[in-house]
Amino acid sequence: MIDFHLLKALHTAAGPRLLDVALTLAPGELVALSGPSGAGKTTLLRMLAGLSRPDGGFLTFDGQPWYDHARRQWLPPQRRPLGFVFQDYALFPNMTVRQNLAFAAEGQPDARRIVDELLELLELSELAERRPAVLSGGQQQRVALARALARRPRLLLLDEPLSALDLPTRLRLQDALADLHQRFELTTVLISHDPAEIARLADRVVELDLGQVVRVGPPVAPAAPATVLGQVLAVLPGGRLRVQLPGGATVEVSGTAAVGEEIGLAINVARTL
Amino acid sequence: MNLPPDYWQTLRLTLTLASCTTALLLLLGLPLAYALAHGRSRLKPLLEAMVSLPLVLPPTVIGFYLLLAFSDSTAIGRFLINQLGLSLNFTFGGILAGSLAYSLPFMVQPLQAGFGQVPRSLTEAAYTLGKSRLTTLWRVLLPNMKPALLSGAVLTFAHTLGEFGVVLMLGGSLPGRTRVASIAIYDEVQSLHYAQANAYALTLLAVAFVILVALYWFTKKDAARLS
Repeated sequence: MIDFHLLKALHTAAGPRLLDVALTLAPGELVALSGPSGAGKTTLLRMLAGLSRPDGGFLTFDGQPWYDHARRQWLPPQRRPLGFVFQDYALFPNMTVRQNLAFAAEGQPDARRIVDELLELLELSELAERRPAVLSGGQQQRVALARALARRPRLLLLDEPLSALDLPTRLRLQDALADLHQRFELTTVLISHDPAEIARLADRVVELDLGQVVRVGPPVAPAAPATVLGQVLAVLPGGRLRVQLPGGATVEVSGTAAVGEEIGLAINVARTL
Repeated sequence: MNLPPDYWQTLRLTLTLASCTTALLLLLGLPLAYALAHGRSRLKPLLEAMVSLPLVLPPTVIGFYLLLAFSDSTAIGRFLINQLGLSLNFTFGGILAGSLAYSLPFMVQPLQAGFGQVPRSLTEAAYTLGKSRLTTLWRVLLPNMKPALLSGAVLTFAHTLGEFGVVLMLGGSLPGRTRVASIAIYDEVQSLHYAQANAYALTLLAVAFVILVALYWFTKKDAARLS
């Protein structure tokens, strides 16, 4: 179980703010952090990892104090049993895929077996002797995930791990992540902007804005696209159509149709965070 | 071409001085460059200025103050001579100390830039994998800044080959002890031995050129490997 209340001064575009978040995470829980940029998501994740020092508060993991301002306790990141997946993956360019994992697994009695198992699990065996620079984004992401797990962490922290990937790759990696979370009995904190991803993976979502929690609760599944019928009023140059909607309003869309034809328009409800 | 009588002796001394300077500055320069690249101390500009001073000072100024510092007319000099038994003026140790000061920025600046170019997240990734600072330096940082290490070492070596003022002030021109190639050239020209001066000059030119070609060749190769 993770229990924390962390405070830190933030320097946002809107001026200085105080990040002030208190939360308890159950073992095995997968929590998504969401919110606009500058909300303090990455700062919070870095404080959990010990990569940034809070200005105040406390953080305990399974009863063990990782940080306590009042008692001046501080556990450096090296001694926290966690895996961190960076937004830019942060793979070591001088090492092959296997060496990246082996470096992480060093010091464990069955390091070799762990590395082989992770290579297999994340379908990296074929790429084991390659260097990160020649891998695609999705492949690099799988290496980053495997490396974060090589130390057998109990807490997995991911900073927007899938945002730079195309949709099919992202969906496959979401499945992999959900599977690994279960298999290794992890407690996971994931930063994500994608409501569909959050709905698919997370048990709970914590929405932050300007350093404050604005909502904690179950993820809200994004609405399925709605469809309306419209009548084509005019065919415009450049493959554009002017379409009249049922209420009388007109919109311009791309597409091909004849004047007077009735066409279906799919409306995607996207929430900009 | 008839070689000057002390040619090999002088050359050996010159290369020994440049090698020792490079090796020692690698050891001294790494922690200094690391501190400058990652430090947030308010004293950092002061430290940076001190490291860079030899770039702008006339070598004679450095030589002059070191000469004073090593002589028994100052407290530092008396400490060195009486307590440590180090009488540095007009010895190899003296010109080595002068070379260290004179070539310091040529080692520290490329290393500092090299540390700055390795993404911060690589260091942090190593920390979250339980690696100590030293392990991170040795296994992650240094292997990913090889071009910077090479530039620092090569520039230091080449720059030490070319130094004149500091060595002359501190070492004079004692054959086999402090007379390096650059000073030998000056001496030979003073004595109107142009052929002998040319032998030294041509050697220095060739060595410097070969070193720089090797540097650019390796840097290019390494960049191709990592990208």
